[in-house]
Amino acid sequence: MLGFGAERLRADMNRLLALLFHQGVLDEQFLQLQQLQDESSPNFVSEVVNIYFHESEKLLRNLRGLLLDREFSDYNKMGIHLNQFMGSSSSIGAKRVRNVCVAFRAASEQSNRPGCLRALELLEYEYCYLKNKLHELFQIEQQRILAAAVRYPPVQNHLNNP
Amino acid sequence: MSSNCKQSSSNGNLCSSLKQKKAWESLHRTADGRKWKRVVVFLWLVVALCGLVCALTSSNGGNSERKVETSVSSEFKTQVSLEYCNVSKEEFHALDSLFIESDRVASLACCRESGYEMPSSCTSTCRLKMKGSEKWHKLVAENVEFNAHCPSRDESISTYVGLPLSKNKTMSFISQLAFSSISSGHLWYKENELQMTELHNHATYNCESISFCLAKICLWILAGMVASFNILKLHEKFSSQKHEIIQETPRAQQSQLLQQSQSSSRSTGKWRKKILVVFVLAGVVFSFWLFWYLDKDIILRRKETLGSMCDERARMLQDQFNVSMNHVHALALLVSTFHHGKQPSAIDQKTFEDYTERTAFERPLTSGVAYALRVRHSERKEFEQQQGWAIKKMETEDQTLAQDCNLENFSTSPVQEEYAPVIFSQKTVSHIVSIDMMSGKEDRENILRARASGKGVLTSPFKLLKSNHLGVVLTFAVYNTHLPLDAIPEQRINATVGYLGASYDVPSLVAKLLHQLASKQTIVVNVYDTTNKLAPINMYGTDEADTGLPHISNLDFGDPTRKHEMQCRFKQKPPPPWQAITASVGVLVITLLLGHIFHAAINRIAKVERGYREMMELKHRAEAADVAKSQFLATVSHEIRTPMNGVLGMLQMLMDTNLDAMQLDYAQTAHANGKDLISLINKVLDQAKIESGRLELEAVPFDLRAVLDKVLSLFSRESQEQGLELAVYVSDQVPEVVIGDQERFGQIITNLVGNSIKFTQDKGHIFVSVHLANEVMLPLDARDEVLRQSLNIVQVGSNASYNTLSGFRVVDRWRSWENFKKFSGIPEETEKIKLLVTVEDTGAGIPPEAQCRIFTPFMQADSSTSRKYGGTGIGLSISKRLVELMGGEIGFVSELNIGSTFSFTVTFTKAEANYLDTMQQQCDLAVPEFRGLKALVIDERRVRAEVTRYHLKRLGISVDITSSMESAYSYVSCYGKTSVSEHLAMVLVDQDSWGKDICFPFHNLLKMIERNGSKSNSGIPLKIFLLATCISSTQRKELKLDRLVDNVITKPLRISALAFTFQEATGFGKMGHNTRAKPSTLRTLLKDKQILVVDDNAVNRRVAEGALKKYGAVVTCVEGGKVAVGLLKPPHKFDACFMDLQMPGMDGFEATRQIRSLESECNKKIDSGEASVDMSENFAHWHTPILAMTADVIQATNEECMKWPSQLRHLAATSDFPLATQLCHDLSESNPCSFHVELRLGDFRSAMGDIMINSTAIKQEYLPTSCLSLFSGHMYCAVPLRSEPYT
Repeated sequence: MLGFGAERLRADMNRLLALLFHQGVLDEQFLQLQQLQDESSPNFVSEVVNIYFHESEKLLRNLRGLLLDREFSDYNKMGIHLNQFMGSSSSIGAKRVRNVCVAFRAASEQSNRPGCLRALELLEYEYCYLKNKLHELFQIEQQRILAAAVRYPPVQNHLNNP
Repeated sequence: MSSNCKQSSSNGNLCSSLKQKKAWESLHRTADGRKWKRVVVFLWLVVALCGLVCALTSSNGGNSERKVETSVSSEFKTQVSLEYCNVSKEEFHALDSLFIESDRVASLACCRESGYEMPSSCTSTCRLKMKGSEKWHKLVAENVEFNAHCPSRDESISTYVGLPLSKNKTMSFISQLAFSSISSGHLWYKENELQMTELHNHATYNCESISFCLAKICLWILAGMVASFNILKLHEKFSSQKHEIIQETPRAQQSQLLQQSQSSSRSTGKWRKKILVVFVLAGVVFSFWLFWYLDKDIILRRKETLGSMCDERARMLQDQFNVSMNHVHALALLVSTFHHGKQPSAIDQKTFEDYTERTAFERPLTSGVAYALRVRHSERKEFEQQQGWAIKKMETEDQTLAQDCNLENFSTSPVQEEYAPVIFSQKTVSHIVSIDMMSGKEDRENILRARASGKGVLTSPFKLLKSNHLGVVLTFAVYNTHLPLDAIPEQRINATVGYLGASYDVPSLVAKLLHQLASKQTIVVNVYDTTNKLAPINMYGTDEADTGLPHISNLDFGDPTRKHEMQCRFKQKPPPPWQAITASVGVLVITLLLGHIFHAAINRIAKVERGYREMMELKHRAEAADVAKSQFLATVSHEIRTPMNGVLGMLQMLMDTNLDAMQLDYAQTAHANGKDLISLINKVLDQAKIESGRLELEAVPFDLRAVLDKVLSLFSRESQEQGLELAVYVSDQVPEVVIGDQERFGQIITNLVGNSIKFTQDKGHIFVSVHLANEVMLPLDARDEVLRQSLNIVQVGSNASYNTLSGFRVVDRWRSWENFKKFSGIPEETEKIKLLVTVEDTGAGIPPEAQCRIFTPFMQADSSTSRKYGGTGIGLSISKRLVELMGGEIGFVSELNIGSTFSFTVTFTKAEANYLDTMQQQCDLAVPEFRGLKALVIDERRVRAEVTRYHLKRLGISVDITSSMESAYSYVSCYGKTSVSEHLAMVLVDQDSWGKDICFPFHNLLKMIERNGSKSNSGIPLKIFLLATCISSTQRKELKLDRLVDNVITKPLRISALAFTFQEATGFGKMGHNTRAKPSTLRTLLKDKQILVVDDNAVNRRVAEGALKKYGAVVTCVEGGKVAVGLLKPPHKFDACFMDLQMPGMDGFEATRQIRSLESECNKKIDSGEASVDMSENFAHWHTPILAMTADVIQATNEECMKWPSQLRHLAATSDFPLATQLCHDLSESNPCSFHVELRLGDFRSAMGDIMINSTAIKQEYLPTSCLSLFSGHMYCAVPLRSEPYT
């Protein structure tokens, strides 16, 4: 059952990933990231993603603060923030977030405040969606790892037997 | 005509001056000049027209007037003189006849008195004659005849004076008459002749003037045509020049210029049309004016002719009349002298009648003369008694009526105060004897006036008695005393004793006169008595139809109270003025013709201009399209390349995973195809870049031979597969290191060799040779063996092989650079060197018809080629452009089924010597170990042996060549005996020369030598190597197992491969671990390397760290530039640094700059010995490779700082970083087109960083991919740019 559970969890994860890919939320960069994860750094992906969430929330906060400021005029600073956001999003393969960032940056370059606000809302939405989905993914993975961990010794034993 | 000549000569001058001007203008073609030129042409036309007018008028007017005048005057003169001559002669005759009858003494007085009427000069002759010279008449006759043409009085008189006077008085009156008639006839003839000549002159003049006019018209038409042609040509020149100007101007200004030119041309076109219209109008007006002018002139001339003719006639008439009158006067004096002066009277009716009869010829115009005596009433009776008849009166008072003369009709005159009965009369008018002249009204008035004035008086015209002709009566008074000239009328009346009357028959007089003159048919003459102005009396002529205005000449018949005039008019109406019509029509035609020509020219100009504008527009559009195409290509290529790199990277990673054979095969195929696509895209990008002129060549020192080796290595597998010999040869004279763009140089050679490989199948060779251009210039004293061999391709041996690399026939390579223009352009002493690179193959050759478009992009020899061999046909085009960029030329010679040879020249700068050391240090690590060794090459082909020698020489091995195993055997056996044998370290045998039969003894010999030598030499065993083009692994194994050879070297020969083989065989190069132990992945490469990652973005940092750690690197991450600078301050432990460019605070550029300055400071210290060696650890210089990472889109689009991945190799080659050296080695084995890491050097280089990793167009999502690819073993890491420290 456990092994089966692990398999099911893996399938779930794959399905979720496929969905996210299909929706364009993630791209192959995320796979790259996953490939970088090995025994030496077992939590690499979640680590990176957590850093990403941390950074991103800070950035979003800053952006919101900048935009809601009445005497707001520092589009340049916003651009730097957005660049950073975009860079980190690219790094983890958050495709839709990144695309929104691009739009956001375009709006900020044109000093288009309503556009910026709209983009910010969209960005927050996308970010939340991504965050939820990734959390979901990590949860499944955690379960899978747990399930796999349970299953691993017998398999190894079996392998070692002959 | 002379004036015309002048005209033409002045025209000639004008023409020449115009030509000069044109020549001048052609030198200075400016818009101003053009306008000015037009003005000149126009002025010239105007001047020409003026000249035409002048010529016409002068020829028409002046000449004719003058001629008419002269002719008239001369005619008149001659006539007058002849007349005088006639008159005086006649006078003489009359006198003579008188002398016969009358007393000579008495006649003297008469002579004295009558002297006045003869010309003064004649009086002397008269006197002479009085002395009684008998011969005189004869002499006169002779003289007159003698001087017929010009009877000059003075001359003849002087002759007469000198004549001896003879007394013989024999003269015949008849002879005199004959003489006079002869002379007069002669004179008339002369007169006629004169008139004839006059007419003839006139006619010829007219003809001449017309023909002259026509000639002139033709001339002007020609001139006009020439002028218009010139204008056309000038305009064309100018417009073409304008084209040039426009073409030369930069593109940015073109549209502006075009608009300007358009507007200007439009305005000039309008202006031209206006000018044309004005010109045509002026021409039409001028032609009308000309017609009017000429017509007027003709009318004037006609009038003048008429006038002169009329005047002439009038004068003649007048003169003749006057002569007659004089004679009548003389008769009056005669009567006075002989009738009244003598007692008794010497004249009676009989004498008078007789005399008058005989002298009638002198008065040809008088029908008769009569003498009437003045009888007062008191004397009437006495007179009647004396005469025996009564004085009769005329029947009618009105004498103008015709009367039948009958004496019986006349009644006796009534009592009057005075009577004037006719007492003497000529026979013709004898009927009027005894008639009282005072009784006729006209006669009475006449008589009264005559006696009062003492002069001849004329009556108004009336019908004469009997003849019924219209006539006038001339009356002279006869005085009894000699009255003084200023006598008052009363004195005259008192002195009057009689009246002499003569009747003139005017019509006959005039008719006779007119008969004497020519051209009487052309004019009609009327003579009028206009005493009464209101009612002129027609004396002669008929009233005919009015044909134009008459000319009126006054006639003076010696009577002041009577006025007569002569009216002349032409018989015919004036003919149409043909001359005027022709001239004006001619001018009109010329004008219209010129107008038409100019109109056509203007239209053509406009058409050409319109066409030109269209062309310009099309050109702009074409250029725009071309630019758009290039941009599109560049963009699309770029956009394709970006994801393609991702695809490739993924494929590569896929291949690294556990795949079964089929999957791997698929993945490999996909990868290979992707690589092909990338290379194609790179080529297209190259082409676009070159076309847009944005390609900049580098100028860095590089080892030419190494580049060639790399190129060769790229094709080694293919050539081996196809069984082709691939060889490279570089002449000794080519320097080791040159400065230039090695990538582009390599690209050209790669293209050419690639082509050659593609088109050469299964036979022959591809031979790349490099010489100095100067070497090739003097082929006869070429020291280079390869060059000498190629000079004459000859067949050697019996088996149809040539002295080429592979023995196959090749084309004459010398022909391929025949057409190079700048072949010897560079003198030897300059910094530049010119290299000639030849790529010779034995392929299919290029068909002659395709040879012309071989360098056109996307154009292969024929469309089937691409099907057969593939490829895009862009390589040669790029090569040509690159060669041109490098200041060289490319050419080729090709023959079907024999092969092709491509040659190109490139210009490089000579490198300084210190580059050489650096280069050699890095690239030829193994070289020193082989230096001083000796090798024997056994090869039957000289060229191939030379190539082998070249490669061995590079390793420092000296080479001897033998052509066959047999000779080698003898060589070695000889060699073995000599003492120098220890240096013979290796024998290289070509596959072709390898034979089993000979190789065994040879091998044994060598083994023997080896054994001998091993004792004495430095421990290097003699090795045998087989040089093989293609050899199967089984063969190779066989050979190795046989231990006949130590190793097999597969061609193409490369220095690295040679060195490696030798090292392997000889056991050298123990320290050459980095060549031998070739780690194929970067896992080992990066293992335990200290790498510093500088990025402000935590996520990126983490990802980079993860990626690098995966390959065993020890990664240190820092957040900002400042920290990085602090960490990288020498001495430090880091092997490389990955630097993000965009960071808050200190960005990547600044950080790099600071790191570099720190390093250079440190290096200086080391150089100056200040810093301890420990501190520098093992580095000669501190130069940490810094790799930039960026995601900035703006910088990515900045093409300026975008360089191509192939440059990486160069960087690697010059790096002192071991990683780079390793990479360099890897790189040389790989296809240069497989790079997909873009290196951006512009900005970063200025910041003195090393390499910028722009992960595929800076879309940062690819950065990790690229990083991964970067270290995954087949993508190539960035390496330091330069080995020397930055300053």
